[in-house]
Amino acid sequence: MMKKTLMTAAVLAASFSGQAMAEGTLNIVKERGVVQCGVTTGLAGFSNPDEKGQWAGLDVDVCRAVAAATLGDATKVKFIPLTAKERFTALQSGEIDILSRNTTWTQTRDTQLGLNFAGVNYYDGQGFMVSKKLGVKSAKELDGAAFCIQAGTTTELNLADYFRMNGMSYSPVVFDTSDQTVKGFEAGRCDAITSDQSQLYALRIKLVDPEAAMVLPEVISKEPLGPVVRQGDDEWFNVVKWTHNAMLNAEEMGVTSANTDEMLKSANPNVRRLLGLEGPKGTGLNLNDDWAYQIIKQVGNYGEVFDRNVGKDSPLQVSRGINALWSDGGLQYAPPMR
Amino acid sequence: MKYELQPMLPAPSSTTGLLGWLKRNLFSNVKNSIATLLIGYFLITLLGPALQWAFIDSDWFGDSPAACTSGGACWAFITNRMDQFMYGFYPETGYWRINATLFLFAAAVTWMVIEKTPYKGYVAFFTLFIYPIIGFYLLYGGSFGLEVVDTHKWGGLSLTLVLAVIGIVAAMPFGILLALGRRSEMPIVKAFSVIYIEFWRGVPLITVLFMASVMLPLFVSEEITFDKLLRALIGIILFQSAYMAEVIRGGLQAIPKGQYEAADALGLTYWKSMLLIIMPQALKLMIPGIVNTFIALFKDTSLVLIIGLFDILAIVQSANSDTDWLGYSTEGYIFVAFVFWIFCFGMSRYSQNLEKRLKTGY
Repeated sequence: MMKKTLMTAAVLAASFSGQAMAEGTLNIVKERGVVQCGVTTGLAGFSNPDEKGQWAGLDVDVCRAVAAATLGDATKVKFIPLTAKERFTALQSGEIDILSRNTTWTQTRDTQLGLNFAGVNYYDGQGFMVSKKLGVKSAKELDGAAFCIQAGTTTELNLADYFRMNGMSYSPVVFDTSDQTVKGFEAGRCDAITSDQSQLYALRIKLVDPEAAMVLPEVISKEPLGPVVRQGDDEWFNVVKWTHNAMLNAEEMGVTSANTDEMLKSANPNVRRLLGLEGPKGTGLNLNDDWAYQIIKQVGNYGEVFDRNVGKDSPLQVSRGINALWSDGGLQYAPPMR
Repeated sequence: MKYELQPMLPAPSSTTGLLGWLKRNLFSNVKNSIATLLIGYFLITLLGPALQWAFIDSDWFGDSPAACTSGGACWAFITNRMDQFMYGFYPETGYWRINATLFLFAAAVTWMVIEKTPYKGYVAFFTLFIYPIIGFYLLYGGSFGLEVVDTHKWGGLSLTLVLAVIGIVAAMPFGILLALGRRSEMPIVKAFSVIYIEFWRGVPLITVLFMASVMLPLFVSEEITFDKLLRALIGIILFQSAYMAEVIRGGLQAIPKGQYEAADALGLTYWKSMLLIIMPQALKLMIPGIVNTFIALFKDTSLVLIIGLFDILAIVQSANSDTDWLGYSTEGYIFVAFVFWIFCFGMSRYSQNLEKRLKTGY
């Protein structure tokens, strides 16, 4: 009985994935008229509901941009909050079209789970936050310091590796939740907090006096975060990949949501290709010719999105750092649109 | 010799009034006095700052954290988002639909709870069979000109109530059937009931929810995809009916054998004897047990946060991640605890009242 049920289920699953591949996510999205997007259940700056219940954040804007490109309307997104454990199943089963949920790009995930990472919208990494009173400018000066760490994360292992490599010593102080970690830091139980840098900025705001603490520039692990799609649907993969690329290229060329219409008159051939006036336009992606125009007009370029959600226009005040454009010394680099 | 009764003297002042009460209960001997003083000291040193934080130094209203200047609790975080905590992401124009659903339910329940209201049978029929249909169309829409509101927009306290009420109401009949099945003399019915009950009691609710949200979608095609909320609800009902069955079986076993034999002697069929003789007595006996499982379920509903449904606890947690309002998690958790306490305490009081009224002392 059990065996039969499992077999039926397997056959059903197989027939479904075959069918999804045959039809193509892009066509399904266009028919449905809405992009289904998996996000976190709340992570400051990346995806969180605001006071009005509207989703906001860096990861959220990836999905809005894809909706603008495919449907011409950035509001046509259905956000589905997912926990870390459910996220890949939700994508594999077709419950969502894109997973934009603070997901680190690793070899296993890319190769064994049947997923494709369509770019990196945030280069994260484990960093340190110290009290300004300490007068420390670099992590190298933290020999012998006490660190507040959240239990059950990989941060502790990374920290141990880093200190062993540099021949320094440290003492860990372990807490259960991020709130407790902050309280421990404030109470002087430790000299520094270590966590993913994007999270350190959120922790910093939770301090009674955020100005008294600073995030050090060093990063001791690689956490490239990006949107994920199902493997085997190259058309949709391309759409998500080039949505991100268009936002990067727009920033590089100075096209913003405010000046898109003016830029339509620009003589710069790169800008004209970006906005779909010449060049490859929407063919190849099976999108309207103005797909990139709609992204920039409705959502903005990468710099705007970054500043609005985590950067200088948000309370988090994350510096661009390695997320700056390659032309400004960062890692964000997009292939040309031609 | 003349005998005359002396006028009655009042009781010694040390045994009456406030002073007497204090002396009797708090300072009756040296050890008790020391204990009273110590506990009193701790209460004052602990409660004082807590009250100061929660009430005296607190800010209750405001649009941003800037409004919280008094240094104590920032209840503005709660009041500012009260709508979201109550209604989730439901569109604001549709709040009346949730209110109407809850009001109808509250009215029907109140009608049945109050002792001397007529037509209780009709109201019960309405609540059990007609109300769910009305409630579904009010909340979900899609008919009578009401706009469809997808379940992924439901959240907050209203979602908690939907999960708890449907879980409680639907698990009851299944629980009764399973309990009867387990005591049945028909081998297959009995075996099925025992296996069902032991299986669902043997797995934690969190596993059931995970199974429903992570495994199930892999087995079915997208066209017949179940709604996530529906999957969670089915999981909760399956789980809860097993627990309910065991509580009810406890009640059935407490009924003296003579009652069963009397029912048989009257020539009643099985269902009639159950319906008219056994169940009314058994259900009365089981009130504390049933309410206990209700309260446990009500609190268990917050487990749905691990499958990404925004019940009241999850929605407060996600509000904590709003970059404009970082750092008010203490206020959030206290608020959630208070809401849960209100509901659970209410249920508990009602069950005590019900026990008294039904006079279960035989």
